[in-house]
Amino acid sequence: MAIAQAAAPSDWFYRWRRPLEAVALPAAALLAAIVIFGGFCAFAGANPFAVYGSIYKAAFGSWSAWQNTLIRASPLMLTALCTALPARLGLVIIGNEGALVMGGLAAVVAGLQLGTALPAPITQVAMAMAAIVAGGLWITLAGALRHYRGVNETISSLLLNYIAIALMNHLVEGPMRDAEFVTKPSSAELDPSLLIGNLPGSRIHYGLLYGLIACIIAYVLIQRTTFGFAARTAGGNIRAARIAGLPVGKLTLAVCFLGGSAAGLAGMIEVAAVQKRINASLVSNYGYAGILVAFVSRHNPLATVLVAILLGGILASGGILQRSHDLPDATVLVFQGIVFLCVLFSDSLYGRLPWFREKAAT
Amino acid sequence: MATEALGWWGVPLGILAGTLRGSAPFLFVSLGECLTEKSGKINLGLEGTLLMGAMSAYGVSYLTQDAVGSFWAPWLGVLAAGFAGMTLGTIHGWLAQQPRVNDVAVGIAMIIFGSGLAFFLGKPFIQPQASQLFTFEFGAWSSNPAVQSALKVSPLFLMGVAIAPIMQWFFRSTRWGLYIRAVGDSPQAALAMGISTFKVRMLSIVAGSFFAGIGGACLSLYFPGVWTERISSGQGLMAVALVIFARWSPLQCLWASLLFGGAQAIGPAFQSVGIDAYYYLFNAAPYILTLVIMVITCSPQRTLIGAPGALGKDE
Repeated sequence: MAIAQAAAPSDWFYRWRRPLEAVALPAAALLAAIVIFGGFCAFAGANPFAVYGSIYKAAFGSWSAWQNTLIRASPLMLTALCTALPARLGLVIIGNEGALVMGGLAAVVAGLQLGTALPAPITQVAMAMAAIVAGGLWITLAGALRHYRGVNETISSLLLNYIAIALMNHLVEGPMRDAEFVTKPSSAELDPSLLIGNLPGSRIHYGLLYGLIACIIAYVLIQRTTFGFAARTAGGNIRAARIAGLPVGKLTLAVCFLGGSAAGLAGMIEVAAVQKRINASLVSNYGYAGILVAFVSRHNPLATVLVAILLGGILASGGILQRSHDLPDATVLVFQGIVFLCVLFSDSLYGRLPWFREKAAT
Repeated sequence: MATEALGWWGVPLGILAGTLRGSAPFLFVSLGECLTEKSGKINLGLEGTLLMGAMSAYGVSYLTQDAVGSFWAPWLGVLAAGFAGMTLGTIHGWLAQQPRVNDVAVGIAMIIFGSGLAFFLGKPFIQPQASQLFTFEFGAWSSNPAVQSALKVSPLFLMGVAIAPIMQWFFRSTRWGLYIRAVGDSPQAALAMGISTFKVRMLSIVAGSFFAGIGGACLSLYFPGVWTERISSGQGLMAVALVIFARWSPLQCLWASLLFGGAQAIGPAFQSVGIDAYYYLFNAAPYILTLVIMVITCSPQRTLIGAPGALGKDE
């Protein structure tokens, strides 16, 4: 028996078992979620195959569908970083929605204050910077409370969501309200020159590029720099990191700032490319969906891009499910929940499946 | 609004009324979370459980009110809410105890799943009017309609007030209470006593979710007494912070719930006397209060007094 196993490592499957496992398990989880959700649809009286056909058609079936998907994927990439980056340091931050709202708010305030006094590109950069700083500081607050006061960062960042939304509601109902816009309480509209344009020949705004670039930067930062190495070390074992002399406090604050700034930038994109003004429509669950994206991609910024596109497609198909299958718009939320639960369960299977198991040394 | 006749007295009266009404869901969810956390696991998903409970209670009350009459229908709803909570609790309890699965992450997933399911199944119940629970009219002595409406107290609230000391006694003086505390403080010691950690945690999580489901029934069948998708607005999560503030003591959960219910009533109370300039900021009061309380009570150096030893650890 020992001889048979000694020969086994030459087997390509055995050599590649770790990466294969890392791809196979999330894929299997996704498949399981698809089967469970199919059963759920059948239970709700819709034909699951027709439902999946519609989701595919609405998400990836045509160029127009792809554009809808990518428009939704860009804020998701950024809000996902808000959970994924601190997660590498062992923090569970779910304040994505609040950071997005603060970013959007700061961008609109900057855009309305500067107006058209300066050249448009400079004002746009100022808006983006305002959003980045506002979103970043918002999450840094949760990180600082964690580091200096030991406050659970999951709960505090979640409370900060509600506080940010209340602040935005207060401002658009009161001091910032545009009296001429009667549909719903909103701020004044941004000057058209300040809006983010579309990629040539499409309806997709440049926000997609922001999202892609942010994910690539985040990947390089976490995987290829000493800063990222230090953060991952502290995430793996905080006492070892302290003994090694790593500045855990500064790392916590910096990583939280980076995560929050990504979500803040998502807020700026939403107001400057989609909403054009700030009102309650900014709170459209991109933050919470971003948490899901981060967990499904196992906090890897490059995988985030793919998962965000996938989830963007599912979000884009919400309308068609309602129109042609008579399913409520919450169907998409149920699907997200099932995917999330299946992916979490698949985490427990690492190293437990016989095909991927380490073979005995002798 | 009748409160206007009272002038400025409307504000404290409004806060009192809001406390009596708004603290019931906090009370049930925090007692459920307290029970869960005593066994060493966190259930953040109670936000989803709360919504699912609110939806089930309202739906069952609406569907059965013709068959069993408008007195018993809401009670069936309360029961349904509890069972809906237990179902979600079973999923959480099983999944959160798998190896390498983080209970906080499962909680976030359960928030998404539970609220999605509640919105999905609850779509048909947004418009119709379901029978509400009866209330005790403790304000009948007063001729003032504002006082009368303020002192309408739900039997569910009184039940919650009664459960808090019972749970305190349960933890302190019963064999099962000891089992739960042992599992929560030191799973190894519990194992040595011959207790199944998995079973005790499972039962604690399921029972805690039962309470949280009933907390949802308080929302939809008592106050505000409607079913909408915005009905809970984070109360299930505030309850988690509330349990930390209450130092994992059921009796203190009661006082903390009253405090939170009162904080929630500040905005509407000021609005009822005509001050609505800061309505949204006042509405943020419970969240700010929670945050401030956590900043004051937590410390980076030591674990909190009363915290179950195994809480937040992978064992």
